[in-house]
Formats: sequence, structure tokens, C-alpha cells
Amino acid sequence: MLIALTVAAVLGLGATYLSVSGQPPFGTLQVGAWQAWPRSGTATIDPYAQAVLIRSGALPVGSGDGVAFVTRRTDDGEPLNARCETVVRGITPAARYWTLTVYDEAGRLMNPPELRQGFTSQEIVRNAAGEFEIVVSPRARAGNWLPVPRAGRYMLVLRLYDTPIGITTPSGPGTPMPAVIQRGCPA
Amino acid sequence: MIRWLLWLMFGIALGGVVHLVTVLALPRFAEQSAYARLVPVSPVNAMVQLPGPAADSTLLPLMDPAFAESVCRYDLGEGPLKFVVPVTQAYTSLSFYTREGVAYYAINDRAAGRRIIELDLMTADQRADLPENDEMTAADRLIVESPGETGLVLVRALAPEPGFMPMVRETLAKARCEASPPAQDKNG
Repeated sequence: MLIALTVAAVLGLGATYLSVSGQPPFGTLQVGAWQAWPRSGTATIDPYAQAVLIRSGALPVGSGDGVAFVTRRTDDGEPLNARCETVVRGITPAARYWTLTVYDEAGRLMNPPELRQGFTSQEIVRNAAGEFEIVVSPRARAGNWLPVPRAGRYMLVLRLYDTPIGITTPSGPGTPMPAVIQRGCPA
Repeated sequence: MIRWLLWLMFGIALGGVVHLVTVLALPRFAEQSAYARLVPVSPVNAMVQLPGPAADSTLLPLMDPAFAESVCRYDLGEGPLKFVVPVTQAYTSLSFYTREGVAYYAINDRAAGRRIIELDLMTADQRADLPENDEMTAADRLIVESPGETGLVLVRALAPEPGFMPMVRETLAKARCEASPPAQDKNG
């Protein structure tokens, strides 16, 4: 009897803890390194995603507002490291506006207010083909430079506002999202 | 031996029940929810502007620093609320959340199609009490139904470049949420 109750408590609470810590376990839309949970912005959110969100204290982007794509890794699966130079390059899905923001692992803004926290689609310099390249690096760079502190893990959030992605457009691996490439990691 | 195995299986099954119950109950007891975090800074049924990106980020995680934000923490116990939100130059949106953080509705300036977004927030019961034969108001008014009596409305306005932020904040400061006038006044 005691064993049964112990097993129940350990398994049940353990499974709850594991499933609501970190990312929502279901309904993930994965494009390259980017992950989004379009249903988290609707009334049909699943109980796991809701538990994850409420524990984090964050408010999801409503689906009539937009959709948020998050990545903590490069396209190769390497964790984003502030020591390295990381390039976010390409195009985004259609949206009226988008923003790219850098946060620490807890979802707080990383940089002091006088430094840039991110870019909006209006601030970006693009090439002739309409593609952009944002360099995330602790050292100043020409072009679209997004500063990060000299060390630590971070995450990037690309938010698309007023976009059909996730609502009316069936989105999947074909959705155009920018590549995330880490290229220089000084020792 | 068989008895032990039976107890073990019973334990595993009970573990599944514990898991489901705790996941479903978690939103009700979460102390760090966005709603709980906003209680100290937002009075009930009034629109307040959040301080700004650097401070917002410690208030709520994962806020977009390119946006100015106002919040109305609502309680429909006394009756419906009316929202009046002026549209900024670039992009303005209203997102509606239950107390448990479910984003049940969101609308942006283009979907609203006006210079000023005006809408009424009410519960299903309050909506059922509205006078029915009111074609004028029915066609003209945007009504949002709240699943519960309490929740949050987040008004967000984009500053496409940091230089626009003061202007955007100034426009957003005019956003209001207040008690709707009684229905009969509108008909008269």
C-alpha cells in the first residue's frame, strides 16, 4: 500500500514537473531552429501549454495579434552562446511588422536600456534581394548589430505581427524562416 | 509476489491520475502567473501604462521591448466594460486573457478598421441581457465575450523605431477601460 502511494506520488508529481518545466510539450511548430506554439495564443490552448505559461508568468501573443518563434539553438543544434558571433540571415514569413529580440534564459531582457534589445522590421538594412543579416555578437559589427553580454546562454524571439501564419496558413517546414548560424567562437 | 506487482500497477495508475489532476489544477494555484504579477501595479477596471521595456521585463518575462503596453485588469461583476483605444501610426492591438492566462481573443487595428478601436467586454450572461431589437448598436458595436468575470486586457502599440516611443506612449496614454453606460441610454 505504502509502495503504491509512493510510486503514485513520485510518478505523478515527477511527470507533472517534467512536462510543465521548459517548453510546452505539444503543438510545436518547428521551422529550422525556430519553435512556435500557435495554439497557445487561442482559447483552445492545451492544459500542458497553459501550465507552462502560467508558471513562467508570461502572457502568450494572442493569435489575432501575431505569433512568436523562439530559439535557444542554432540550425546545427548548438546552444546559443554569447561568446560567439551568431548570424540570423534570410527572410521571414509575410507579416505587417516583425521584431527580433534577445533575452536571457529566464526571458528577461539581456542588455541595459541604453543598448539595443532587438530590431523591428522597419529598422533592418536589407540587401537587394530583400534578405537581411543580423549579427548577434558581444563585439560591435557593421550593419544590423545586436549586442549581447560577453558570456552566457541566451534565446532569440522572432515575433510576427498581423500575419496569417499559424491561423489561416497551414505552416510547416516550408515556412520561410531565417537561418541561425554560429560562426566565430573565440576561446 | 503477485500482490506486490498489483500494488505497483495500482501505484502507476494512481500516478497517472495525480499527474493529470496536478496539471489541470496548476493554473488555479500558480502564484507567479501574469495576473498575480500585475495585481500590485494595476487597479481594477482602469487602464494603466506599464513602465517601459527595462522595467516591464522584470514585471513580466518575454515582453517585446519595441512595444508600449497598457493593461486593464478587469472585473465584470458590476457590469460590462467599454474599451476606447486610439490607434497609433504603426500597429496597435488588444489581447484578452483570462485570469488563468488563456488568450481568448485578440484584435489589431487593421481588423478593427478604425482610427479608434471601440468595443464592449461582457460575460455571456450580460450579453444575453442586451436588448435584442437593437439593429443600430448590433451592427456598429464590437462585443467581446469574456469566459469569466475577471481577466486582463493588454493594449500594445508598436514603436517601429526607438525615436517613436514617446509619441506612441503619449497616444497609448489615452486608452481607457470604464463601466459601460446603461443600455437604455444608448437606445434613447
